Amino acid sequence: MALLQISEPGESTAPHQHRLAVGIDLGTTNSLIATVKSGAAEVLIGHDGDKLVPSVVRYFEDGHCEVGAKPKAEQAEDPANTIVSVKRFMGRGMVDVAKYGALPYKFIDAPGMVKIDTVAGVKSPVDVSAEILKVLRVQAEEALAGELVGAVITVPAYFDDAQRQATKDAARLAGINVLRLLNEPTAAAIAYGLDNASEGIFAVFDLGGGTFDISILKLTRGVFEVLATNGDAALGGDDFDQAIAAHWRKLHNLVSANHKDMRRLLMTARTVKETLTSQTEAAAEIQLSYGQTLNVKLSRAEFHAMTAHLVERTLGPVKKAMRDTKLATDDINGIVMVGGATRMLHVQQAVTSFFGKPLLNNVDPDKVVALGAAIQANVLAGNKTGEDMLLLDVIPLSLGLETMGGLAEKIIPRNSTIPVARAQEFTTFKDGQTAMMLHVVQGERELVKDCRSLARFTLRGFPPMVAGAARIKVTFQVDADGMVAVAAEELTSGVVAQIDVKPSYGLTDAEIASMLQASFTHAEADAGARVLAEAATDAQRLIEAVTAAVAADHALLNATDQAAISHAIRALEAAVSRQKVSGIKAAIDTLSNATESFAARRMDKSVAAALTGRSLATLENIHTK
Amino acid sequence: MNPDFTKTHFALFGLATSFAIDANDLDRAYRDVQREVHPDRFANAPDVEKRLAAQWATQANEAYRTLKSPLGRGRYLLKINGIDTEEERNTAMPLAFLTQQMEWREAVVEARAAHDEQALDGLAKQKRADEKALFALLSTQLANAATMMDARETVRKLRFLEKLGEEIDLASEAIEQ
Repeated sequence: MALLQISEPGESTAPHQHRLAVGIDLGTTNSLIATVKSGAAEVLIGHDGDKLVPSVVRYFEDGHCEVGAKPKAEQAEDPANTIVSVKRFMGRGMVDVAKYGALPYKFIDAPGMVKIDTVAGVKSPVDVSAEILKVLRVQAEEALAGELVGAVITVPAYFDDAQRQATKDAARLAGINVLRLLNEPTAAAIAYGLDNASEGIFAVFDLGGGTFDISILKLTRGVFEVLATNGDAALGGDDFDQAIAAHWRKLHNLVSANHKDMRRLLMTARTVKETLTSQTEAAAEIQLSYGQTLNVKLSRAEFHAMTAHLVERTLGPVKKAMRDTKLATDDINGIVMVGGATRMLHVQQAVTSFFGKPLLNNVDPDKVVALGAAIQANVLAGNKTGEDMLLLDVIPLSLGLETMGGLAEKIIPRNSTIPVARAQEFTTFKDGQTAMMLHVVQGERELVKDCRSLARFTLRGFPPMVAGAARIKVTFQVDADGMVAVAAEELTSGVVAQIDVKPSYGLTDAEIASMLQASFTHAEADAGARVLAEAATDAQRLIEAVTAAVAADHALLNATDQAAISHAIRALEAAVSRQKVSGIKAAIDTLSNATESFAARRMDKSVAAALTGRSLATLENIHTK
Repeated sequence: MNPDFTKTHFALFGLATSFAIDANDLDRAYRDVQREVHPDRFANAPDVEKRLAAQWATQANEAYRTLKSPLGRGRYLLKINGIDTEEERNTAMPLAFLTQQMEWREAVVEARAAHDEQALDGLAKQKRADEKALFALLSTQLANAATMMDARETVRKLRFLEKLGEEIDLASEAIEQ
């Protein structure tokens, strides 16, 4: 007798086709892209043979731009139009970027996020990041000879909602379908944990070019559970370069160095910093403008002394994360060091002495994040991996609302496992009040002014009542990407308002679409064809998924539902053959609605099966034996 | 249509409705449920399933968070028995308990001002000992229908101690900076 095949829920039974998915580490200093090929994650090589793409973008007067090693090498030629470390500006306002000291760019104050005035026009950090991502996308599509299904893009765990949103927008602008935003230390833990088949509790210490994260994770049979995360989204290797450059400026009386010379100092500072990880002294020669030559040197001891305060700054978040886990340092089974800046010896010493045990040294700190992202992308794209991997990540910063007196009332505490939803009731302050302004903030401090403002929205039109009588229920939701949505409802009248927390710089879907249109060289007809092709693919995938689900679980369907689903499938097939986007979309909605309660029953069934130890996976094994 | 979440958190994880649960059983059930419902399992699925997955995973996280913490679990057991712990409104606590709490709070403030980490550690240890005794009491009270109403006060006391713990943590953080 032929045996019935039963697929995992949510997976299609269509003939297996490897779907191209990549992991992207969009770094402050370097970016890289990786994918899973025949079961192993590997970093993709660009056409110039490099694995790392320096995150440097130079704009030219004719509007074109260059990305990578060339503009990095030439950054002192035109500092104002060569953007380095753009990640530090993502989702940040004027006040934030001012903290980075004198920068050569012409910043423009814009709501929510700064912009930069370049020879090629005004660019936002999102635009600049999108240029880097485009290069990576092309690199991947050339190397893999095909179109990408999507990408997992990593972000610092301590990135707030605005920074995450900016990253997501940059990816969309680069024409990349974002499967998931993944926290960098979590990505590193996946790559490390799967590679070494590790179990237990691990600390991931991730000091990159511009950001610092610490995450404590529990690894149990393929489940990566983040227990706590902390960090400093404005601390990284760049700050060590700045410290060296500042020291030389003072020493050699270059207080009024111009931007070109500052770039030269910083570039040399970075080289010297790197040399000092293997040598106790380093020297270099810098060609300054006006033909001047500067001889600089630095000893490891001097370097460690002048940057001790920066190393110390990493330990505060480490202590906080440990306190949140309620674990002792003895409970940590291993420490994974990630990010190029962890090559600095005094950083390693400080971490070793804090945890009282040696660091794990079988990790490439530059690549491990991209590799982990590639593994996750492969799983999300639906490629069977054999590894039953699951990530349970957390929100890094508490979410709350502004209440009377400028106080922040926390609604979702930091380190809550995502997805998470939580509601709280508020009331009116004045008699006859019919509207309420809701100010969503993120951060740990008690006062709103010390937290980051995410969004403001207003719930209007509820009936006037005496002060304190209205009952306004505010619901916060954080999805698996760590993105926030907030809804408010006045319970006695049912008046509703909701908002996806889009930061105030607010790229709408329409704006992104028009920017995309402008960036593609295709004629409009091509763009139309692309949209149609996408709709047809969506339709095909939905039909496959539903057909597979019906085959697997027809017992959960009554005759009426089954007839409705079959009818909706035929209608969708007909719509696809008529080649009208609007018709296809409407038919997709109809089919989706027809399967809703069926899908809910299937999910209930799979949970029940998992809890009684008779998972669908084991059923499948029994049948195929 | 939304998934049916009328089940209790205990039933959701297939656990007996009791204060005394095995932490390993809870952990295992939570992971088993998340393996089935987590949004990562549905990244490629139709939108309907994505939404269901998000709702399920959110519910599983909430249930796990509630049951994992002994205080959350105790409070929840009272709630499903229709008993309100009145933590926000009822401040009628035994005088000796309140006095003790005030003394401890003052000790935290003093230790913070004096940057005395040892004193804070000592307070944390005392707090843990008190907590342990109260949890033992709560466990007995919740196991018997006759004493369930008494459990309300124990939960309120434990909430005081939880807040004290938060203040000790904040003070330790302040000293480090």
